[in-house]
Amino acid sequence: MIVLSDYLIVAALLFSLGVIGLFLNRKNVITILMCIELMLLAVNLNLVAFSHYLNDLAGQVFVFFVLTVAASEVAVGLAILVAFYRTRRSIEVEDINTLQG
Amino acid sequence: MLETAFFYMFGGLAVLAATGVVLARNTMYSVMWLIFCFFNAAGLFFMLDAEFLGIILILIYVGAVMVLFIFVIMMLEINTAVLREGFLQYLPTGGLVALVLLIEFVAASRSGAFSQGAKATAEHFGREVNNTVEIGKLLYTKYLLGFEVAAVILLVALVGAIVLTLRARKDAKYQNISAQVRVRKEDRVRKVRL
Amino acid sequence: MHETAMTLNTTELLVIPALPLAASLVAGLFGWALKERLTHWICCLAVIASAILSADVFMQVQQGASFYGNFWTWMLSDQFVVPVGMMIDRLTAIMMLTVTIVSACVHVYTIGYMHGDPGYTRFFSYISGFTFSMLVLVMGNNFFTLFFGWEAVGLVSYLLIGFWFKRESANFAALKAFIVNRVGDFGFAVGILAIWYYFGTIDYREVFNQVESFVAQGHALHFLGWEISAITFICLALFIGAMGKSGQVPLHVWLPDSMEGPTPISALIHAATMVTAGVFMVARCSPMFEFSETALAAVTLVGAITAWMCATIGLVQNDIKRVIAYSTCSQLGYMFVACGVSAYSVGIFHLMTHAYFKALLFLAAGSVIHAVLADQDIRRMGQLRKYMPVTYFAMLIAALALSGVPPFAGFWSKDLIIESAKVADHLGWVGDLAYWAVLSGVFMTAFYTFRMFFLTFHNSDRLPEKTKAHVHESPKVITVPLLILSVGAALSGWWGVEVLDVANPEVAEGYFGASLFVMESHNPLATLVEEGHHAFFLTAPFWMAVGGIALAFVMYFRETAIPARLVASARPLYTFLLNKWYWDELYERIFMLPAQRIGRWLWQKGDLAIIDQGIIHGGFVETVKAGAARMREMQTGMVYHYAFAMVIGAFGFLTYLLLKG
Repeated sequence: MIVLSDYLIVAALLFSLGVIGLFLNRKNVITILMCIELMLLAVNLNLVAFSHYLNDLAGQVFVFFVLTVAASEVAVGLAILVAFYRTRRSIEVEDINTLQG
Repeated sequence: MLETAFFYMFGGLAVLAATGVVLARNTMYSVMWLIFCFFNAAGLFFMLDAEFLGIILILIYVGAVMVLFIFVIMMLEINTAVLREGFLQYLPTGGLVALVLLIEFVAASRSGAFSQGAKATAEHFGREVNNTVEIGKLLYTKYLLGFEVAAVILLVALVGAIVLTLRARKDAKYQNISAQVRVRKEDRVRKVRL
Repeated sequence: MHETAMTLNTTELLVIPALPLAASLVAGLFGWALKERLTHWICCLAVIASAILSADVFMQVQQGASFYGNFWTWMLSDQFVVPVGMMIDRLTAIMMLTVTIVSACVHVYTIGYMHGDPGYTRFFSYISGFTFSMLVLVMGNNFFTLFFGWEAVGLVSYLLIGFWFKRESANFAALKAFIVNRVGDFGFAVGILAIWYYFGTIDYREVFNQVESFVAQGHALHFLGWEISAITFICLALFIGAMGKSGQVPLHVWLPDSMEGPTPISALIHAATMVTAGVFMVARCSPMFEFSETALAAVTLVGAITAWMCATIGLVQNDIKRVIAYSTCSQLGYMFVACGVSAYSVGIFHLMTHAYFKALLFLAAGSVIHAVLADQDIRRMGQLRKYMPVTYFAMLIAALALSGVPPFAGFWSKDLIIESAKVADHLGWVGDLAYWAVLSGVFMTAFYTFRMFFLTFHNSDRLPEKTKAHVHESPKVITVPLLILSVGAALSGWWGVEVLDVANPEVAEGYFGASLFVMESHNPLATLVEEGHHAFFLTAPFWMAVGGIALAFVMYFRETAIPARLVASARPLYTFLLNKWYWDELYERIFMLPAQRIGRWLWQKGDLAIIDQGIIHGGFVETVKAGAARMREMQTGMVYHYAFAMVIGAFGFLTYLLLKG
């Protein structure tokens, strides 16, 4: 029998893996973006699981919104990356420091 | 029984794929793992009666967002080796942090604090309830404002992405229509006495 | 079908205040583009249309129509509901008519008077806005719309007193008006809040319906060992507001100074309409004031003192507008006396007649000022009759009306006030005092009015040479409104008594019907009829008026040497009156100087010593700087740093959740 906490644990695993990814791939912006996607996926899974077990569709509506925002974020993030790459020929995070005081 | 088996299959594969995303040497492999992870998550969504979101996840995420990732990776020349420098060096810290977080999460999940009022089992509605219809009803009534704001956000992101990446090539030839229209006879025709 | 015939048209009622508002906005926002001509056309037509509609409403109301209703909700907070609505009854209708007619005359007059002023369009925007505010004030159906109109007219008044903002004196006068009114408005606001507190509503009708049972329950307040009944408290608080707005002693000091504003404003706002808002409010609240004899006595007393004291000051002033301004204060005192002795209908009647003749007086004075190159000192005028026949004629009618000579307007209303005060036995000594104050006031009123009149138009020609070359009769846009108002000043008294029947001893049967409430036990008009006082002519007030005019005639027309001798023989009294009983000096000693001293002390000790020296130079700035430098380092731009912070947050939150169980 699968209960709510089982789903929460899967989501927790995915989220933690996303966090590890952020720590390990400090230089690669693309991987960082993917790790963030992973964490968002974990959140979405939580929301859907709660929505199902608490019998409230609002959770799924919120997943919908999260997906929208995440998609926008990826589009703009990658666009910035491309623009950055054109000028600096690099996607290393450490090179992105022009605005740092 | 069948449900439990599917849960462990999708859940296990999703976690495996996520591990792959983090550990893969080549960024392209990471993307592939992430796609796989999304497929399994979609499977979990289906098990939770969220068919609409499951399909959306596959269509939008796998079909559009991940393709965007692939495009970008292929467009850029990436030296994977440089990017992976210090990978193992950070593993202890990152691993520790994530482990502590995971333990907390699991403890919290199991403590029952989140399960108050939740159904004990995942009972399914079957065919009589159409998930897409129900979400649609909510989206177009109670969450209409949020829905429209989401649409605007997408539009802004679309425009923003284009503005950021568009560049006019110096060697390309463009038609300047306004200049064409403004042309006067005197500019082009010259009477020559023969 | 019967019901609809009795209700006024909602659209018409909404259009009446909306037209001046729209005109005001257009003139204010687009005046720069419309230029002078178009602006004054828009504003004048809007207000004239508003006046015509008001006249229509007035006639319908006279035939028994009325209106009561809410249009929309302004504020909503739990049980506290503030609707925007209107209550149109006979009291409202007569106020609307008076306000819009005087306003329309002043609008037209302004075209001539303000011609060429750099703030021409701004001025029109203000006076149209004022008309809107005043209409809201009188048409509202609850205390909050009343308060809105009250504050809005106060604002416009402030703006217009300081209209010539390059003059320092105008700015100070505007500030004075605003600040003195704040004192009154504080009382007014307390009154409204007390009404809300005790009655749970601010709607006129609901409050007035509850008053009787409320008084029967005997609510009382305890304050510093005093016990004061709630109804008295409410009425007194409201009356403090009326004192501020209507220039009653001791809050009258702003009204004479408000003459710094352009003359049309003095006529419209500081004579005919805004300053009478207090009288209107007291009459509107007659169902409440009637239940508190203490409040009525206070109203009578303040009114009587103001009527008498301001008349004495008016005797010696040399500024033509200040003479009229003190006369306004004094006449407002008469109106309050009328309200105080429960003759509300007479008070409102005097308000109406006063609006016509005092507006006329001011506009005529404005015409004079316009002619003599903006000099307002009557000592440098004289013999103007020769140059300005129309103005002379208008001023004469206004002066006769103000003095109370039959058959002009002021006579009818003022006589009724004095007679009502005479029979107000239920107020005891206050009633007697009020009677003698207003009776002697008539003499002084007649005297100072004709002193001003003779000095301006007769007497010897004292015009400076430069002015003499310029003096001329004013253009038609100025004289036509004067003539229109002359008709009002001459006939409105007769019209009120004989046509409208405002003085009917049974208020409910007279013009005002159910809009005013007078208790049977102290109805002065009924007493008058019983005692057979209904013969208007040849009573004491009439002889007082004639005596005042005669004295002025002797002193300023025949034997022009008398005044100087008189001044010399009673120098201290003259100085005392010329300096306006030293009210300004008194306030300066009591409020201004101590406030200045406290302010200086706070500045020296609080600002300089504690904040500047102690805190800023005491290391505070350095601490903030150092702290900010530290904080800035947290902003690394590294995603894993942020992720780490997020993890710590999640960690703390989850730990709390787990420990809580």
